Amino acid sequence: MTQRVNRRTLLGAGLTVLAAPALAACSGVSTSGTGGEGSVDFLSTQFLPVEERQRFEKILADHVKAAKVGFNPVDASVFATTVQSQVDANQVKISLLGGLHGDLAPHKDRLIDLDDLAKGLTDRQFPADLLELGKFGGSTQKYIPWMQATYVLAINKAALQWLPSGADPQNLTYEQLLAWAKAGRTGNGGKPIFGFPAGPKGLYHRFFQGFLLPSFTGGQITTFRSPEATTAWQYMKDLWAQTAPASTNYDFMQEPLERGEVMIGFDHVARLVNAPKPKPDDWLMVPAPKGPKGLGYMIVIGGLAIPKGAPEPDKAKEVIKSLTQANVQVEVLRANAFFPVAKADLPGDLSKPIALEAAAVKAQQGAQGTIVSLPPVGLGAKDGEVAQIFKNCFKEICLDGKPVQQVLDAQAVKLNAILDEVKVSCWKPDPLSTPCRVL
Amino acid sequence: MLEAGPIEYTLQGFVAMKTARRPLLLIAPSLVFLTALFAWPLIFGIGQAFTGTGGPTAAHFQRMLDDPYFWPAARNTALLIVVLIPLQFAFALTMALLLRERPRFSGFYFYLWVVPLAISDLAAGLVWLAVFTDRGYLNSVLSSLGFDGYSFLSHENPASMFIAVVIAELWRATSLVLVIIVAGLQGIPKDYDEAAEVFGASYWQRLRHVILPQLRPSLQVALILRTILALETFAVAQALTGRNMPLLVGETYQWYDFLQNPSVAAAIALMILTVSLLAAAGYLRLMRDQTGSPR
Amino acid sequence: MRRFALQVFCVAISLFMAAPIYLITLAAFSSRESLNEFPLPLVPTDPSTETLSGFLSSTGVIAGGVNSLMVGLNTVVLALLIGLPAGYAVARYAFRGRQPYQLFLLLTRALPIVVLSVPLARIFLTTGLYDTTYAVTLLHTALALPTTVLITAAVFVAVSPEQEEAAQIFGASPVQAFVRIVMPQALPGIAAAAVFTFVMSWNEVLGAAILTLNQRTLPAQVLSTLSFSPLAYRFAGGFALVVPALLFIAIMRKYLLNMWGTTLK
Repeated sequence: MTQRVNRRTLLGAGLTVLAAPALAACSGVSTSGTGGEGSVDFLSTQFLPVEERQRFEKILADHVKAAKVGFNPVDASVFATTVQSQVDANQVKISLLGGLHGDLAPHKDRLIDLDDLAKGLTDRQFPADLLELGKFGGSTQKYIPWMQATYVLAINKAALQWLPSGADPQNLTYEQLLAWAKAGRTGNGGKPIFGFPAGPKGLYHRFFQGFLLPSFTGGQITTFRSPEATTAWQYMKDLWAQTAPASTNYDFMQEPLERGEVMIGFDHVARLVNAPKPKPDDWLMVPAPKGPKGLGYMIVIGGLAIPKGAPEPDKAKEVIKSLTQANVQVEVLRANAFFPVAKADLPGDLSKPIALEAAAVKAQQGAQGTIVSLPPVGLGAKDGEVAQIFKNCFKEICLDGKPVQQVLDAQAVKLNAILDEVKVSCWKPDPLSTPCRVL
Repeated sequence: MLEAGPIEYTLQGFVAMKTARRPLLLIAPSLVFLTALFAWPLIFGIGQAFTGTGGPTAAHFQRMLDDPYFWPAARNTALLIVVLIPLQFAFALTMALLLRERPRFSGFYFYLWVVPLAISDLAAGLVWLAVFTDRGYLNSVLSSLGFDGYSFLSHENPASMFIAVVIAELWRATSLVLVIIVAGLQGIPKDYDEAAEVFGASYWQRLRHVILPQLRPSLQVALILRTILALETFAVAQALTGRNMPLLVGETYQWYDFLQNPSVAAAIALMILTVSLLAAAGYLRLMRDQTGSPR
Repeated sequence: MRRFALQVFCVAISLFMAAPIYLITLAAFSSRESLNEFPLPLVPTDPSTETLSGFLSSTGVIAGGVNSLMVGLNTVVLALLIGLPAGYAVARYAFRGRQPYQLFLLLTRALPIVVLSVPLARIFLTTGLYDTTYAVTLLHTALALPTTVLITAAVFVAVSPEQEEAAQIFGASPVQAFVRIVMPQALPGIAAAAVFTFVMSWNEVLGAAILTLNQRTLPAQVLSTLSFSPLAYRFAGGFALVVPALLFIAIMRKYLLNMWGTTLK
């Protein structure tokens, strides 16, 4: 199939050179393998890296029989612009949207209701809170859960030599992590061994929102400037002093880990999976550390939605049905390290890096005293600005060295200004009070 | 107000004979085209920057000024222009004067030195990242010479970070200046230079009093173009330093992309536009004051 | 001695200009494992085309190349059609509003595309041009037009007005005089402006990514995904985009100076 397209486009290339003016009458050659009548254009913020895209396209070709799907992974900004301009101009070319909760949230009023589809998919046994998240705080289903992920720690076994006595890597506390990072740095000739993804495309704000703060304060927003939050940020300041300074350039921890620039790294599972690939036996994947209030962790949710005015809504629904089947969900895990949202038994023959992650994710979910966080619910377009508040706290406290309480008070005012504008109720782990505000 | 454009000095006498309507007809298509594709979106953008949910507002500008990244971004952009442009002009002038001496292989040198003209800023960023990254080629060379590696792009080393961006920009964007200067040099008759030499003028004296004054028009064109383009720089800095070294245009993208707040993005863009306008007007004014000099 | 010093300087500058190109080539042809070594070898030790071929075989690279070529050529034609007359007017006539016009041209370059993107996408959607190479062509023409006008103006200034006048005195119409006398002399400079326009169109990413969906241009197809791809892919992608630049400049070298070369004569 692809072969034929290639030959045809090659011919096109030859013709272009020979007869450029004649080609002015042609509006372009498809680069996504579709574009014909009746095909489903699938715009996604996920699987953008070249290899992930190729693997997901193969899954689509093998398992989605209802329609020809043109898969277009794009940057989150292009996604937002495209959806906004197409729906608002009432000229929609896309039939299916795939994105993280935060990618879809700004467009909740641009999506069709999927209640009927959700009712027909009860056999998938989606967890109730994931379905609830797909309503954006409203009463109708706006997206169907697609896949999920979380964040864990990847550890190069070479770092175990500096593990503080009495600490169990599978059961770390934040204090032990700090002691470990400190000992490792001393043992490593002054070079830090811990890193986290604080680069421009890194997901470090999730570390604060879903891990550090819930573990120390039990909340995310309401406790933003509580005395416990001050302790948490004070801890962060100490940890940062033992963290590889190049972390502010890391977008994906798998690369510095694989290169050996750092030995312990915290990141999204899909952004850690390549680290153990060359030498899987050298690696451990473990749950996030525990804090005074418990083990806080965040789940990441991807969803599938259909924009209003989509040219092929019925076929898009069929594609959603195919993608939520248990076996397809497992294929996505194998290929790209996103975990199933439908009830599916994980097979025993997963590749070593995925098996490592699956074990860590399972241990994290099953640990005692977990505090589950969701990505912000119902913030819509303000999602990014709220994340930026947490990033600004990091910048001002850790990088600029400003006093913790002062920074938190100042940022709390800004956070409340945003929250007052959107007027939503709080999400996990904060108590579900309305409106959500910093206390 | 703005009397002399880059092309002004080339016109003499001929123009008076032509009818007044014809030039307007000739530029009309480009005006219509650019108005449709730029001016309309621009008006839309201005509207975005000044309106909030409840009518006209300056809140977006307030938001922009309150952001902890805004002032560093403005400072970095200004600093980059102030440091980069003189360096770039000195570098381009050196290269052009070397070529003027007609060394062997000058054709090859010229080719190599202008290659970056066709390299996109994103690709240039990737290229230099391979050099400056912590375990990149520069540190490889240093370590094989027995030195310790250095984190050039770490936020802890703002000086080396800035220098890395300057070097990468020097590599990427000097070729445009070079081409304009080389072209300008070709237009200078050798006679003046030779005459000055006969009268015993040193190389520096000739450069200062013969070559540079004649190059002024070329330098002015290059200066306006480069300043406006330098204000737009961000892809290279972003590839190298992420947001460690924020620049104004990069912040526009940040507000638009990640924060999804087009209003503040438009506010920053308008700031950039205003500064560009002032810079261009300033240069044009400077030019008018000096076009009286003999050519 | 002086010749020798000259060569030393030239070689030093050449090394600075060539080193990054050499290194990206080296990195693009290294295997993924060898890119994780430290220190990185400065000579090819383990040449591999694995990442490069992986990169080139990803979906849509060839189709994207065809689209890029089409957009580039159409942009050149359109930009010259609109830009040449304007350049001629700026070069030959002193008319009211010429200064504001030139300033207007320059300033269109100073606005980040990201701010223009939503209204632009909306225009193209309502006119049915969205996701066609035409939309990208129109945007690229708008982006290239200011430089096209300025360059062609510089080119026309170099063609002596006396010859053109003489032709008209001997009975040629203004159009005939232009085609017979001015065009042949201006052609090398115009060729340079054309290549310059093509290169700009080839390198533009963001606008192309926003205005198309299934009919991507090559850089929009790959460049935007590179920052999310593993390091080895980024180097391979960087290399794949530097190669066309080497070719463009090789073609354009002869004309490059004509482009600006005539401002002073």
